[in-house]
Amino acid sequence: MTKATAEERIEESHAVTPDIATGRLDSDSYRANFGDLHAPLDRQEALVEANRCYFCYDAPCIEACPTGIDIPGFIKKIATGNEEGAGIRILEANIFGGACARVCPTEILCERACVRTAQEGDPIAIGALQRYATDPIIARGKHPFARAPRTGKRIAIVGGGPAGLSCAHRLAMFGHDVMVFEARDRLGGLNEYGVAEYKVAGHFARAEADFVLGIGGIGAQTGRALGRDFTLSMLSRDYDAVFLGMGLAGVRALDCAGENLAGVANAVDYIAVLRAADDFAALPVGRRVVVIGGGNTAIDIAVQSKRLGAEDVTMVYRRGPDAMSATGHEQEFAQVNGVKLKHWAKPVRLLGGDGHVRAAEFEYSRMEAGRLVGTGETFTLPADMVFKAIGQVFVADPMDTDCRRALEMRDGRIVVDDEGRTSIANIWAGGDCVAGGQDLTVEAVQHGKRAALSIDRALKNPV
Amino acid sequence: MVDLAVNFAGIKAPNPFWLASAPPTDKAYNVERAFRAGWGGAVWKTLGEDPPIVNTASRYGAVSYKGLRVAGFNNIELITDRPFAVNLREIKEMKRDWPDRAVVVSLMVPCEEESWKAILRQVEDTNADGIELNFGCPHGMSERGMGAAVGQVPEYIEMVTRWCKVHSRMPVIVKLTPNVTSILPPARAAVRGGADAVSLINTINSIVAIDLDQMAPEPVVDGKGTHGGYCGPAVKPIALHMVAEIARDPECRGIPVSGIGGIESWRDAAEFIALGAGTVQVCTAAMHYGFKILDDMRDGLERWMEGKRYERIGDFRARAVKNVTDWQYLNLNYKIVAAIDQDLCIKCGLCHIACEDTAHQAVAALRDEGKRRYEIVEAECVGCNLCMHVCPVEGCITMKRVDHGVPAMDWTQHPNNPMRRQAAE
Repeated sequence: MTKATAEERIEESHAVTPDIATGRLDSDSYRANFGDLHAPLDRQEALVEANRCYFCYDAPCIEACPTGIDIPGFIKKIATGNEEGAGIRILEANIFGGACARVCPTEILCERACVRTAQEGDPIAIGALQRYATDPIIARGKHPFARAPRTGKRIAIVGGGPAGLSCAHRLAMFGHDVMVFEARDRLGGLNEYGVAEYKVAGHFARAEADFVLGIGGIGAQTGRALGRDFTLSMLSRDYDAVFLGMGLAGVRALDCAGENLAGVANAVDYIAVLRAADDFAALPVGRRVVVIGGGNTAIDIAVQSKRLGAEDVTMVYRRGPDAMSATGHEQEFAQVNGVKLKHWAKPVRLLGGDGHVRAAEFEYSRMEAGRLVGTGETFTLPADMVFKAIGQVFVADPMDTDCRRALEMRDGRIVVDDEGRTSIANIWAGGDCVAGGQDLTVEAVQHGKRAALSIDRALKNPV
Repeated sequence: MVDLAVNFAGIKAPNPFWLASAPPTDKAYNVERAFRAGWGGAVWKTLGEDPPIVNTASRYGAVSYKGLRVAGFNNIELITDRPFAVNLREIKEMKRDWPDRAVVVSLMVPCEEESWKAILRQVEDTNADGIELNFGCPHGMSERGMGAAVGQVPEYIEMVTRWCKVHSRMPVIVKLTPNVTSILPPARAAVRGGADAVSLINTINSIVAIDLDQMAPEPVVDGKGTHGGYCGPAVKPIALHMVAEIARDPECRGIPVSGIGGIESWRDAAEFIALGAGTVQVCTAAMHYGFKILDDMRDGLERWMEGKRYERIGDFRARAVKNVTDWQYLNLNYKIVAAIDQDLCIKCGLCHIACEDTAHQAVAALRDEGKRRYEIVEAECVGCNLCMHVCPVEGCITMKRVDHGVPAMDWTQHPNNPMRRQAAE
C-alpha cells in the first residue's frame, strides 16, 4: 500500500485528534506506579515465610530453576538467621540472583513446582525470599567470591547482558581474564534497558552489574558494536575463546501501511527511554494507546503506558490467550492495571492524518487447518500512540561472512549444544540469541555459566 | 579463619556436630551417609549382649504444635536389634573408612562387672574412638535393670564407670538421664568413677498423647501403649539447664560435656557450647530432615563465629557459664518496663488481655476517637516480659531500663529476707 492510502480520509466516527502529553499524573502517582512492584519483605515477614518451607529432599523447586539454585538450603539459612549464608548460597549458582528475584516468572518455575502448590495452592514466596537474601550482599559492595590464580587465558565476550556477564564472572572466578564488548552505553542488557521499570526499579541493574564486575579480572568496553567496531575473526584471533551473548537486537516490523507514521514506535525503544528517565512526568504518552503483540514486552509497554496516565490502553494479539508468550500471571496483571486485552485480531494498517497516527485497523482471525487466517471482518481502534511488540529477532548481519556461513542457525538463532558450543570451534553462545530457549533472564545466566565451565574445561584440556 | 575441629576428651573430630546414639546411627549404611554429608562424629546405636532385643511397630509418637510438625518427638524403640558381631564388624569398617571422624560406641549391658569386661574387650578391637555408657533408656531396658535403672542411682553410675576405666583404654563418656531430681548426683558420680566426659540429656519420660478413640497412649501397639522417651525441639530448655548445672558445679567443673537435646540449628549448638559443651549430638532434627541439616549448622556457626572473631570452638565455649547464677543473687534493683512502638502495633490486644487477666494490669486498652490504642501504664508495670512474649509483631514491644544509679541489691541482702546477710560495717 502507498503512503497516500495510509493517509486517506477515515470515517468521522474514528477520527481522533492525537493527544500526546507529559505530566498526566501527580508526582506521588508516578512514584507509586514506577517504584517496586512488590515491596521487599521485612525481617519478620521473611522469617515467617521461610519457616513455611518444608526443606524438602530432592526438592522440585531446585529442578525447576534453570540455574539450579539450592532453594531449600538458602531458605533454611534465612530461617536460622544465617542471612549472609543464604545470599551467598544463591549467588553461587546465579550471580544475577538479585535481578532474577525480581523478574523471574516464578509462577511457572520454582513456585509452581513447590510442593506446597500441590498441597494447598500456596507456594513459598521464593522470589521474595531470594530478594531478601541477595539485596544486602549486593548493596554492601564487598564481593563475596574470590578469583582463582590467574591462568593467563583471555576470553572475549560479545554482549554485556546477563548471559555475557554471567559467563564473564564465572570465567574470572576460574582465574581467566575477560573482556566484555557492549554496543550500548551501559552494561546490563535487558535488565538495564528492557524490563519494566517497576520490576527492576531504581537503577538496581546498574548496581548489580557493578557488583558482578567486582570480582575483578573483567574489563568492559561500552559503545563497541560487533561489525562496526570489531569482527568475530579479530576476536578469534586475539582471544583464547569467544562467547556470544548479543541478545536480540532486531525488532520485527509489522509490514503494513502506516508503520512509519509519527506516534508509531517499537515498544523496546520506549521502554529503554522509560528506564533511563529520571522524571517520569517528562515522558509523553498518548491518551489512547494501542499495543500490538502478545509477549512480556507488550505487557510491559501496555502497563507502563497506563501507569504514565494513558486513558485507554488496548493490547491486540493475533491469536488466543493460550498462545500468548506472556504468562497467565502477566496477562492478569495487565488487566488488573486497566489494560484491555483483545485476542484473535491481526493488524491490517495504521491510519493517520497530517503524518501522525490516528487509528489502527485490525482483521479478526481464526485457525483454519492449522493456519491463521482472516475472517474478513475488520474493526478500527482510535489511537494516538501505537507500540509494536511482535517479537525481537537475532541480527546476524554484524557477523563477518565467514562466520555467518560457518555458524549453524535454526529459526533465525544460533544453534548450541548442551555446553553452549556453537558450530565454530572456540566460539560459545548463550542467552536470547541461541535457538530453543524461553527468553528468560535466568536462562541467560545459566547459559553464561555453563559456557564458562565448558570454556574453562576446554582451555585446560586443549585437544 | 574459623576452624571447627575439636578434641573432645581425647577424641578428635573435624567439627563438633556428632550424631547421637539412635536410629540414625543404627548401621553402617546410615553412618556412611552421615559422614558423606560431613558430620564430625557418630555415636553408634547402643550395643547390648546377644541375643538382641526385639522392637515393636509402631515406635514413634510426635507432638505437632499448632500445625508445626514434630515440635517434640517420642520413641519406644530400644537399643540395637541387630546381632552384636554384625555391629562390631561395621563399626570397624566405618572407623577404617573414616579415620578422621569420631566413632563412639554406645553400650548397655547388665550391671555386672564380667558383662562389661567382656563387651569392652571386643569393642576395643574395632579401633573405635571411645565408648558411651547408656544409663538413660527410660523404657524397656530399665525394666530389666539397665538404662535408666542405672542412671537414676549414682552408686551404680560410679561403679560401672569405674569398671569401664579399669577394663578399657578407650575414653569413657557417661550419658546421663534427665529423669532424676537433680542432675548433679549422677554427674558427680560419673566424675568420681573416672569418666572422661559426660553427655546429656538422654530422653525424658513422657506420653505424647492419648488416642481418644482407642483409649490408649500413642504410639498405639495393638490397642495398648507405654511411656517413651521425649526429645526434639521441646526438650532443649531442659537440656540447657542441666548442662549449665554441671558447668557450674565445683565437683564437675572441667569435665568435658557433650550437649544433646533438640539441637536443630547452628544457634542451638552455639547455646550449648556457650554453656560449656565441647561437642553437640543431634538426633531428632536428622530424623526429621535427613543428614543435610548439617549444611547450615556448620555454615551458620562458622559465619557467626567469624562475625564475633572466634577462631575455634574453645574461644567461646563456656562463656555464658559465669552469667548463670542462683536466683537469690539476681539484682532486685534492676528495673525494666515495657514500651510499645505504636507505629508497629497492629492492635491485636493480646498484650492487654494477658496483662489484665493474668499479670499486673499494666497495659491500658484505650479508644482514641474510636481507634484502638494500647499503652503501657509504667507505674503498674513490673517488667515481667509477658506482653513482649505474646506480642506477635517482632520488635513492637521492647523493655527499657529505668533503674538509673540505684545500687545493686540481691535477695541475700534484702530487708524482706529474714535470713539476709548483714552488710559489713
